[in-house]
Amino acid sequence: MLYDLGLTITYSYASPSDRARTILRLLPANVPGVQTVRQRLLEIMPLPEERRDGRDFFGNETSMVAWHSPISELSLKVTAQVERFEPAPLFDFSPPLEQLPQELAGLQSLDPEAPHHFRCASPRVSTFDEITAYAKECLTDGVTVLGAIEAVGRALHKDMKFDAEATDVDTPLQDAFEKRHGVCQDFAHIMISALRGIGIPAAYASGFLRTFAPPGQPRLEGADAMHAWVRAWAGNQMGWVEFDPTNDQFAGGDYITIGYGRDYGDVAPVRGAMRSSGEHTTTQAVDVIPHEDAVASD
Amino acid sequence: MSQAQPEAMDILARYQRLPGVADELFDPAGHMRPVWRRFVARFLRLSSDDIRARFERGDQYLRDAGVFYRQYSNDPLAERDWPLSHIPVILHEQEWDQICAGLTQRANLLEQVMADLYGPARLVADGHLPAELIARSEQWLRPMVGVPPRGGHYLHFLAFEIGRSPDGTWFVVGDRTQAPSGAGFALENRMATGRIFPERFPRAHIHKLAGFFGTFRDAMEDLASPSYKRPKVSAILTPGPSNDTYYEHTYIARYLGMMLLEGEDIVVENGEAMVRTIEGLQPLGMLWRRIDATFGDPLEFDENSHIGAPGLMDAVRSGELGLANAFGSGILESRAMMAFLPRVAEVLTGGPLMIPNIATWWCGGEAERAYVRENVENMLIGPADAVNLPFDLDSSTALGGKFMGDAKESISDWLEREGDRLVGQEAVTLSTTPAWEDTEDGGQVVPRPMTVRVFAARTATGWQFMKGGYARIGRSNDATALAMQSGGSVADVWIVADKPLPKVVSRTDEPDNYRRTSPGTLPARAADNLYWLGRYVERTEDAVRLIRAYHLRLAATDNRNDVRLKTLYAYMEGFGFDLNETFPTTLIQRIQATLACASKVRDRFSTDGMLALKDLLKTAKRMQETVQPGDDCARAMSVLIRKMAGISGLVHENMYRSAGWRFLSFGRALERADAVAAVLAEFADPDAPEGSLDLAVEVGDSIITHQRRYRVETSRNAVVDLLALDADNPRGLLFLIRQLGIHGAALPDAERDGRPSDVMKAILPLETELACATPEELTSERILSIRSDLGRISDLLTTVYLR
Repeated sequence: MLYDLGLTITYSYASPSDRARTILRLLPANVPGVQTVRQRLLEIMPLPEERRDGRDFFGNETSMVAWHSPISELSLKVTAQVERFEPAPLFDFSPPLEQLPQELAGLQSLDPEAPHHFRCASPRVSTFDEITAYAKECLTDGVTVLGAIEAVGRALHKDMKFDAEATDVDTPLQDAFEKRHGVCQDFAHIMISALRGIGIPAAYASGFLRTFAPPGQPRLEGADAMHAWVRAWAGNQMGWVEFDPTNDQFAGGDYITIGYGRDYGDVAPVRGAMRSSGEHTTTQAVDVIPHEDAVASD
Repeated sequence: MSQAQPEAMDILARYQRLPGVADELFDPAGHMRPVWRRFVARFLRLSSDDIRARFERGDQYLRDAGVFYRQYSNDPLAERDWPLSHIPVILHEQEWDQICAGLTQRANLLEQVMADLYGPARLVADGHLPAELIARSEQWLRPMVGVPPRGGHYLHFLAFEIGRSPDGTWFVVGDRTQAPSGAGFALENRMATGRIFPERFPRAHIHKLAGFFGTFRDAMEDLASPSYKRPKVSAILTPGPSNDTYYEHTYIARYLGMMLLEGEDIVVENGEAMVRTIEGLQPLGMLWRRIDATFGDPLEFDENSHIGAPGLMDAVRSGELGLANAFGSGILESRAMMAFLPRVAEVLTGGPLMIPNIATWWCGGEAERAYVRENVENMLIGPADAVNLPFDLDSSTALGGKFMGDAKESISDWLEREGDRLVGQEAVTLSTTPAWEDTEDGGQVVPRPMTVRVFAARTATGWQFMKGGYARIGRSNDATALAMQSGGSVADVWIVADKPLPKVVSRTDEPDNYRRTSPGTLPARAADNLYWLGRYVERTEDAVRLIRAYHLRLAATDNRNDVRLKTLYAYMEGFGFDLNETFPTTLIQRIQATLACASKVRDRFSTDGMLALKDLLKTAKRMQETVQPGDDCARAMSVLIRKMAGISGLVHENMYRSAGWRFLSFGRALERADAVAAVLAEFADPDAPEGSLDLAVEVGDSIITHQRRYRVETSRNAVVDLLALDADNPRGLLFLIRQLGIHGAALPDAERDGRPSDVMKAILPLETELACATPEELTSERILSIRSDLGRISDLLTTVYLR
């Protein structure tokens, strides 16, 4: 399906931010077999003195931007057209979970797609005994890797409550787990920790999810949000699969990816040093519109 | 001489070599090694009093030089004395050359491994290094992958910790590739042993250290500015004063005449790193990095780092900035690397390591795990990705089958569960070397285990080694790792020749090389700290004078409700002082703030000044405990005033008239002017209580001048004239504002295209006004607004020069 994407983030600083420098990861990536980007545009106001677009280690699109004089407001606007392929139905070719270590040991590579990057603690996601124990509870004898991924994801969905107010971007995942609540970022981080705890390499996926308006009502503009889910490695033959614990499903044709990383820190949409001590406020508006609808409403 | 002999023999009599351990002094047959003989013969002739006196000279040097080792803490006094073991480690130059040849091979090998890990990763693909080990390490920095280093090399300055096996051969205990410390301390050790053994023998036989540093600095400068068309500077990047080796950073910066920078000194623009200086931005070509890479750039590495510079990695990526050593070089320090280097050496160089490293097994492999389990008694087991040296045992380590911390499981369970995160390392035995031990009946020489740190620097002609080093000496006669934990001491390492060495003339001290090296541009942060140091010193002194004035009056009236005392109390309360406390805690805090400010510019502030400030704080703390209200306190304050005068004298008489001195003096003059204005506005106000004018004169330290000049009862006009308008009174406003003008005019760009700088534009009208005013015109209201003018001058100085 072809989507028109719109994303606007604004910041407003109480005291001007001097020599601001950030790395933006806002543009969707080309992911072979998953999605193709037809067009993409990132508009930044005020215009930065420096902007260099590139790719990071994991292949995510980055824009390094900097302002040489103080700024008190910032607006980031993304428009893109992305074709998302409907994934083929998942058949379980994955090995039994206990065989995964051998498969991993046989893979000697540091390529960005190599599972080794996603096996161990990363800056924001460590393993915790409670979470690992929780994951083990979900497993059945002889379970396959894919089965384990799905079991853990579905259990988390069942046990955790979505609560947009309970956590923020820096809430430690063990707090969110203990209280069994949070937003998509918490769901994803907890699931990553759980999978790594039982030996399954797991990555953080960030992007957009198309949402549907309640029946009979028009879709509200800007009502969608940025989303996060989990990419896990199901052995040599299956490779990477994507599961969304927030919505209890494998990521399908409604998911558009911006990038992958070991955790949120690797794909944070705006990462950077704003040399400002004051408070700031931020707004975010996201639109994910199937192209036919967009055309129809013109 | 012969009378001293019996006692001297006693000194060595109790030197008991340990069985199965190599000794530096004696060979296995019990004969003294030739390289020590002449030194020992001389040493034995010394009486124990003489020995003690010599050692004391060395310690005194270290104390005078302010050499200390810092422990992470907020207390500016949490500094330990330097633990010098006075007897050097002596090695023959031939043996040293062999060590250096082996370590040259190792340095080149490490460079190749580095280039592979951040390049094609063939060592991983070919199975010589496990992918997961690299991918898991916090030291393998993904943003560095595919980024070639400026100048073509990743590694420029290395240290190797080496030890001697029972069979007499050397082995490598650890590689220091991230930001090796100790080279500066080695220099200080040498200075200290020079005081202990000043005679021509042994001095003429010892290879010098100095040339090594000059060579490295020249190499850094060449890398910074490959093209003379666009010169760039090289500098040292430090984590700052709270780092445990900050002293060394300041020492090396001073010794080499290099700028010492902190992250906030650096701005990156368009892929180029630049230093913020008082003359604007200056391009940086090369940084000697003493800060761990993960803290180097919050944009691309640890996002919580406050000590790095945002964009630094971008400057590296664009090829505009070189680092010694490259970001990501910490990966080579991980213990697990030792398990693979022997094989990697075969693969990359076609031969074995010339000097082996400590035998290491990564427990991720089943066979290795089994071996470690079977030999657990002789193993040190710890985290595979730990970068500390094997003998820095912590609670995550097990030695000889026993956990150092609290264990929840057996070692074999631990190996099974976490094998791929663990390494086993052979619990090595080190050689022993002579160390002095004080005893009740004098002292004796005892064998203590040691390791030697060897330093190597890359130059255009290859790796150069410091001819000497830095030895760590264990604290007991147990020659295993245990004795090497923190709490040991350090010693100088002498590389000696059989004959006196010709005097080496290095590039830096050629006799006709009198060219004055330019002091370099002052980084804005250093200028800022010096400016505030000036202000804090003055602010402290001002408070001391006011506290003294209070207690003098208290002694005279014995009545805290006296109206003048109440006025003074309220005035000081406005500055955060509680004068009901005899020795206000706020005063201690002010002295601490002054000291903290000074320690941030240690590389530019005299050692004597630093010691004087520490002494001031010590005295103040002591006084606080005993001082009594009234006369006693007034006398105590007088003592502090005299001590502070000493500090001012040190600064004023000894500090080079650099831009840094200008900022310090500007800060003092501005703070003093502000204090005078505040006192005048309060105590020379027509409504102030009786006796206030005398107080103003006293606090202004102008009693004698006042008496001589006016010879009458104090009047407002006389006091305002003396403290504001008299151009010859160094504590008068006009004098102080003229000082601001003199210093302001000497700063960069004080005048551009015939126009004064913004700072000067604010100073000049004030100076003119005071030069022309009469006391009547200078109302309390105007004096108060002069305080805001001073505040504006401070803001302008900050805007123009300090950020």
